[in-house]
Amino acid sequence: MIKKILSSNLLIMLIFSAVVLSAPIWLAPFGASYPDLLQKFAIFGIFAVGYNILFGLTGYLSFGHATFLGIGSYTAVWSFKLLTMNIVPAIVLAMIVSGLFAIVIGYLSLRRSGIYFSILTLAFAQMAYSLAYSVLTPITNGETGLQVSQQDPRVLDAMAGIAVTDGIPSTNLFGALIKSQGGYYGFYVAAVLLIIAFYISLKIFRSPFGMKLRAIKSNQTRMKYTGFNTKPYLLTAFVISGMYAGLAGGLLASIDPLAGAERMQWTASGEVVLMTILGGVGTLIGPLLGATLIKYFENIFSALNDSELHSMFSFMPDSIQNFMVTVVSPFVGEGWHLTLGLVFMIVVIFLPGGIMQGLTHLFNFVKRLFGMGDSKTGIANTMNTSNHTSNKSPNNVKGEA
Amino acid sequence: MSIILDISGVNKTFGGLQALDDVNLKIEEGETHAIIGPNGAGKSTLLNCCIGRLIPDSGSVTFNGNNMIGMQPHDINHAGMVRIFQTPEIFPDLTLLQNVMIPALAKRDGTFKFNPFKSLAAEKSILEEAHATLADFELDKFHDQLANSISRGDKRRLELAMGIIQHPKLLLLDEPTAGMARHDTNRTIDLLNSDRMQAMTKVIIEHDMHVVFSLADRISVLVRGNIITTGTPEEIKNDPKVKEAYLGESEEEES
Amino acid sequence: MDAILIQILNGLDKGGAYALIALGLTLTFGTLGIVNFAHGALFMLGAFCAVLFNKILTFSVKVKDESITFFDAYKEQPYLEIWLGDTGTAIIDYAVPLSILFAIPVMLLVGVIMERGLIKHFYKREHADQILVTFGLAIVIQEIIRHFFGANPIPTPPPEIVSGSAPLGAMLGLNENLVYPWWRLIYLAFSLLIIGAVFAFLKFTTFGMVVRAGMADRETVELLGINVQKRFTVVFGIATVVAGLAGVMYAPILPPDYHMGMDFLVLSFVVVVVGGMGSLGGAVLAGFMLGLLQSFASMNEVKTILPGIDQIIIYLVAVIILLVRPRGLMGREGVFED
Repeated sequence: MIKKILSSNLLIMLIFSAVVLSAPIWLAPFGASYPDLLQKFAIFGIFAVGYNILFGLTGYLSFGHATFLGIGSYTAVWSFKLLTMNIVPAIVLAMIVSGLFAIVIGYLSLRRSGIYFSILTLAFAQMAYSLAYSVLTPITNGETGLQVSQQDPRVLDAMAGIAVTDGIPSTNLFGALIKSQGGYYGFYVAAVLLIIAFYISLKIFRSPFGMKLRAIKSNQTRMKYTGFNTKPYLLTAFVISGMYAGLAGGLLASIDPLAGAERMQWTASGEVVLMTILGGVGTLIGPLLGATLIKYFENIFSALNDSELHSMFSFMPDSIQNFMVTVVSPFVGEGWHLTLGLVFMIVVIFLPGGIMQGLTHLFNFVKRLFGMGDSKTGIANTMNTSNHTSNKSPNNVKGEA
Repeated sequence: MSIILDISGVNKTFGGLQALDDVNLKIEEGETHAIIGPNGAGKSTLLNCCIGRLIPDSGSVTFNGNNMIGMQPHDINHAGMVRIFQTPEIFPDLTLLQNVMIPALAKRDGTFKFNPFKSLAAEKSILEEAHATLADFELDKFHDQLANSISRGDKRRLELAMGIIQHPKLLLLDEPTAGMARHDTNRTIDLLNSDRMQAMTKVIIEHDMHVVFSLADRISVLVRGNIITTGTPEEIKNDPKVKEAYLGESEEEES
Repeated sequence: MDAILIQILNGLDKGGAYALIALGLTLTFGTLGIVNFAHGALFMLGAFCAVLFNKILTFSVKVKDESITFFDAYKEQPYLEIWLGDTGTAIIDYAVPLSILFAIPVMLLVGVIMERGLIKHFYKREHADQILVTFGLAIVIQEIIRHFFGANPIPTPPPEIVSGSAPLGAMLGLNENLVYPWWRLIYLAFSLLIIGAVFAFLKFTTFGMVVRAGMADRETVELLGINVQKRFTVVFGIATVVAGLAGVMYAPILPPDYHMGMDFLVLSFVVVVVGGMGSLGGAVLAGFMLGLLQSFASMNEVKTILPGIDQIIIYLVAVIILLVRPRGLMGREGVFED
């Protein structure tokens, strides 16, 4: 029965949309239903879903996708300044510009594969980051970051007779302020885009194109000798994922019209890798799951300081309480990155397929409990995923060369 | 009988070693042509020069009248030359069905096609063809399994299936029965002799003489990078030059 | 002319650090086949060895400050000074060079634990996995350091006697005003010394010969019955120590902070790629070359023509090399190529 549901795109999208759009309700008990956080879920979800199209399907590890996020943000803010505070041109332009950069960077980086490719993307990312802080400051405004102001030209707005009379101009969608309804409107805009973005990735995963990408990851040489020119396939995947990143960047700026270069550091690219891996690289829903979990826990953990820890453990006697605080505090607050690094390592070492792999094991375990036997391919293949490492197969047949 | 593959004056040197020395070989359309020779004679090198993995230092490789030298592997594949690898080069992380669908898609879609909005499930004809081909090789019952989980012999057959599904004009088989048990070898011989495969032009590199004499219309002998003789199995069997070339090799020939 | 000489020295100095780090990276990569994204963190650990050692040496107690008489004032006086008087002060002064002795066992221990505990499980896994797990490790190491030492750079001065500048001009018969910091010259000499030691080890010892053979063709070496596992640990340990030493002595030049590992990591990979992955000589050569390149690119004259070039010159060169000559300056063909 599950198989039937999972094989129908329409049903999946209905369930997905319902879950996403009702998030403010069912996330409330987790303390995660306020707009700021919800927006982050959606935006980084888009980023991760897009990244997965490259990393998950083709296996090419790029450390430069945060660059496209940054480019998207900068483009969007410039659109706000020069054209209009309406987010539509901003987002469209963000995607186009990051797409163009992705074509160039992708074309050059994909001339090599494997680790050389990764290092190339690393080099480009660092270049972009350095340039943003130095030479390109007229465009990026360097360390201060790019912001909107009342005096911006906003040509299209002027033509439509829209003027900003006081304070900082606000982003809007054809008049409806993004920050309205306490910011929930912004979340819904992002959520709708997430749904569309997810649908596109669903189609890609289940298309011949997607299968070919997976085949490239599985054995690229064979693909070439089977008659495929793999370069355009890889470049297309790279550009698509770059545009997803640009979209995410544009959305970030739409919610808060500010763009800074720190978003483009290669270590920021590391974060999206982490999200993808944690959730399950190469699975449809994994990256979204990973993004949500990481942003959720980041929100909780990084806000915990010692006094809060004390109140958390206040039911314990003093000495034990102090002990607990000392033990836990390096992992929270500013130490959130430490926790993240550890989680990352644990996932890569023990569960490279991420949470989705864990769920598959759980699913099989339950099935066995009920005497239904192992599904040879797991949930994984029904949802059109691929195992992260090629030496892991559900059958675990040993002895093959 | 027209010449489908014309190898002419091909030379290839690696460092100080002359791997191929003025190789001349004409493959006729529809024939099964075996290339035999002692180890290190240059058989794989010759094959690699045909499918674009290596570029000869000099000479020409003409397929159906078109020059193949310098062409990209994917273009050579589309020209109709398909190679079956010695060690199975399958897609380990994909299912068997997907493994044969990929070559079928290559045949239909060409070197690049951006079709992300098409649904795989809706590719009826490709799916049918894939299942049919798997069935021909008695692999259809495994269609849902990952390719790296089947046995070595099955992988070999999968490799063959992946080649056949592309309806190649010329099939290059690199030691298709290497390391196989007698039972599997006979199965492969039957497969290659079957109706489906009879009409296909095949070039087979082989060490197993039983396979060679069961399948070949003509045989060429490659020794130290040079073809010393070409002829029918009968001619080759009785050729003193061939016997000389094999002196000192393990006596596993049966006639 | 003077300016050029200074730039050359600056370049060689930084280049020395790059070369040492790249050397360690190439050793791990060439011998173990591991891509180690935590290597920069090892450099950083070395620098913090100097910091830590300094802290240990200056472990102090509150004593009465006799020099202030009109009220009771207290100052921190290191135990070492109390016990050993002037010798103690001298020891503290020489903290940085002395910390070499401290750093070697510490880094060796770290390296061995890393290899036995983590790295060896990743020999057979894909490079992407190796990158990811070592990347995670780098973050963990970095955050641990941040927890204990804070987020600000910690100045770690060189010994008093070499904290000034050498009269380079006078020594070389050039312009008398030409001076260059002593410690930087010492660093340059030190890095060359270590590089020389590593090469000598590889060339003149049996162990080194096996390592070189393994770098050229690991499979054959294994088939010859040589215990590769133990050697891997040793090689990894050596690489770790080399990175650590590079860091220890660099501490006076660049006050160590928890983030320096990541900063140097990208640069060191770029160096390795330019030099040719798997080539030790290439790594060293590329390290010095890129150091020089970066130094010249930061000259004011150059910056006026091409602003910002110093930031990106290294990456630009890497991109060009990767595209034009992927095996780098001295790499062997076929390493990781399609």
